[in-house]
Amino acid sequence: MIDPGLTHFLIVGAILFALGLMAILSKRNTIMVLMGVELILNAANINLVAFSRFTELSLNGQMIGLFVIIIAAAEAAVALAIVLNVYNRYNTINLDQINLMKG
Amino acid sequence: MFTQLPLVILLLPLLAFVLIIFIGKRLPRQGDWLATGFMAVAFGLSLFLLITKLTAHADEVFSHSITWVVVGSQTINFGIMIDNLAAVMLLVVTLVSLLVHIFSMGYMKDDVRYSRYFGILGLFSFSMLGIVLTNNILLMYVFWELVGISSYLLIGHWYEKKSASNAANKAFIVNRVGDFGMFIGIMILFFSFSSFAFETIFSSIEAGQLPFGSEGWLTAAGVLIFCGAVGKSAQFPLHVWLPDAMEGPTPVSALIHAATMVAAGVYLVARVFPMLTADALLIIAYIGAITALIAATIAITQFDIKKVLAYSTISQLGYMIMALGVGAYTAGFMHLVTHAAFKAGLFLGAGSVIYAMHASLHKLHDHKTDAQDVRNMGGLKSKMPVTYWTFLIFTLAISGVPLTSGFLSKDEILAGTLAFSTLSGHWLLPLIGFAVAGLTAFYMFRLLILTFHGTPADDKIQSGVSESPFVMTIPLIVLAALSLFVFYSFNPFGASSGWFYGAIERPLSVVPELLQPAAYSVFYGAVSSVHTTAMILSILIAAGGIFMAFSVYQWKKISADALAKRAGFLYKGSINKWYFDDIYNTLFLNGSHVVMRALRWFDETIIDGIVNGAATVTTFISRISGWVDNHIVDGLVNGTATTADRAGALLSRIQSGKVQTYLLYVIFSFLILFVFFM
Repeated sequence: MIDPGLTHFLIVGAILFALGLMAILSKRNTIMVLMGVELILNAANINLVAFSRFTELSLNGQMIGLFVIIIAAAEAAVALAIVLNVYNRYNTINLDQINLMKG
Repeated sequence: MFTQLPLVILLLPLLAFVLIIFIGKRLPRQGDWLATGFMAVAFGLSLFLLITKLTAHADEVFSHSITWVVVGSQTINFGIMIDNLAAVMLLVVTLVSLLVHIFSMGYMKDDVRYSRYFGILGLFSFSMLGIVLTNNILLMYVFWELVGISSYLLIGHWYEKKSASNAANKAFIVNRVGDFGMFIGIMILFFSFSSFAFETIFSSIEAGQLPFGSEGWLTAAGVLIFCGAVGKSAQFPLHVWLPDAMEGPTPVSALIHAATMVAAGVYLVARVFPMLTADALLIIAYIGAITALIAATIAITQFDIKKVLAYSTISQLGYMIMALGVGAYTAGFMHLVTHAAFKAGLFLGAGSVIYAMHASLHKLHDHKTDAQDVRNMGGLKSKMPVTYWTFLIFTLAISGVPLTSGFLSKDEILAGTLAFSTLSGHWLLPLIGFAVAGLTAFYMFRLLILTFHGTPADDKIQSGVSESPFVMTIPLIVLAALSLFVFYSFNPFGASSGWFYGAIERPLSVVPELLQPAAYSVFYGAVSSVHTTAMILSILIAAGGIFMAFSVYQWKKISADALAKRAGFLYKGSINKWYFDDIYNTLFLNGSHVVMRALRWFDETIIDGIVNGAATVTTFISRISGWVDNHIVDGLVNGTATTADRAGALLSRIQSGKVQTYLLYVIFSFLILFVFFM
């Protein structure tokens, strides 16, 4: 059995980040994009905690991780409120159809 | 005294003019008493001035100048001069003017512009007195033109009549022709002597200074100044305006076109007499003689009472000019004075007749018959006794019958021409002089007989005629008295012993001796030696003329028609005024039409061609410039815009409005940077 080290955690974080990025870029549904954002935030959290465990940073990384979780919760609330308003205005949450800024 | 008094006399009529023009309509009787009263005061002062001058200061010349205008280094003076010539002329002008004022109160009664008429009479009197009193030729020119304009206004007094306004224009324009010459003459003198004053000019010439250093220029200056006199005094070839000027009211004809204004030309020649060379005087004499002859021959056949008088005026003016030309200075000027009295009288008498004729025709409601045509008159003698007897005296005077003033002056003129011909051999001058004397007697008695004697042309008209009111007959009586010899010389057969010859002496010539006319002493010697001959001849010729007139028109021994037929082309020429008007029409009017047509052609083809050509060239150039503008400049501007537009359109494609796309760009850009920098 391989003893899990810092690299393993970072790889998981990177995979998670890539998945989130993919969700943000490819999903048409705004909720899905938001979920991609959450994935990226969590990828960042895994990194922070991993660095906190395997380096001399002690608990600082975990503290920031907690902050990120709190901020992500707030961000989700705000973002969902925006999505609701967007839906009220455009009757859709499909990002392809919300292109008022097209040049 | 000799500066203030003339100034007062000069300004009185001007004051009358100003008052009447501005408030005349509001004055009682429209201000005629004002004008007449002022004129009476001016006359009284002139009489006093003349008597004082002749008794106390006979040989003195009073001249006073004040600076009028300063132009650069030149000063032009406003000056008054009183010598015997001016004093006599002053009296003549004020007297005739006063009598005409009085006469006009009757003649112009009920005229639409009664007030204005008296105002302009004042202006005229002022200007005329200015000519007489000035000591400066420029100022004289100014008054000269003022006289011209007041004459214009008075001839055109009834300007509703087309013929009157035309006559006024003609008088003014013809006068301008002469005045133009006079102006050049004045300029020659001014540029040579830098002064306008007669005194300075004469003394400069006497000191041997000549205009531009040549005798020819001196003669030219004299002749050019004489041109002014040719215009104003209606001398050949500018005499055509005076007969037409008879369109004015008759008292105006008496004042302006018989006694004073037309005499201004004679006065001018008398003023500049000292500087006239023998050549200039010879030209003047011949012009005078030609005028006298032409006018007398025309007067014979005219039927308009005023036209006859107009031509006789021209003829008499020719006499005066001729007299001055031959050197009979005193005789010429004396004829001016005597002529002023009897010719003013003749015109006022004619005015009286016309007034009566008008009244009679008006009563008959006849507006077609010409009130001035002698063929409509006849037999007026019994109806208008005062007018007739005074008219007879004037006619005797102008015909040169002894015991009249006209005899004295005319006799001296004829003696002068005769003396001149014995000295210089110009025998044509006395020949014309005597011929004209005979013609004058003939046509004046013809006029008298046709108007007053014989049987009336129309009994109805004749019976309606009555004697004119006192305001009109009194001037006639005064003038008739002044046509007698006693006022000029106590010797009825020779003027040379009278006060007039004592007062008015021929001034000494100032021109270089070689150019002088026959010397004073020689000339007067010749005059006294031929005087008796001239007198007898002139009496005989006048008697012959009068006898002819009576036998043709009174006793009808000789038929006028047969005479006319016998005379053939002479008669035709005379009745058509020797075709002067027609010649001038053809020559100057048609001539100017031809010139105008040529100018019009020039205008339309050359000037318009240049203008249109310039326009075409401009259009062409602007077309090119427009093309450059549209294609090159606009092309550059539009090209810039199009480029920006195209670039914008191209670049705007990447702004899709999709956040995910932007994010993709960010990531790709990041990856590229990452690859570059790691």
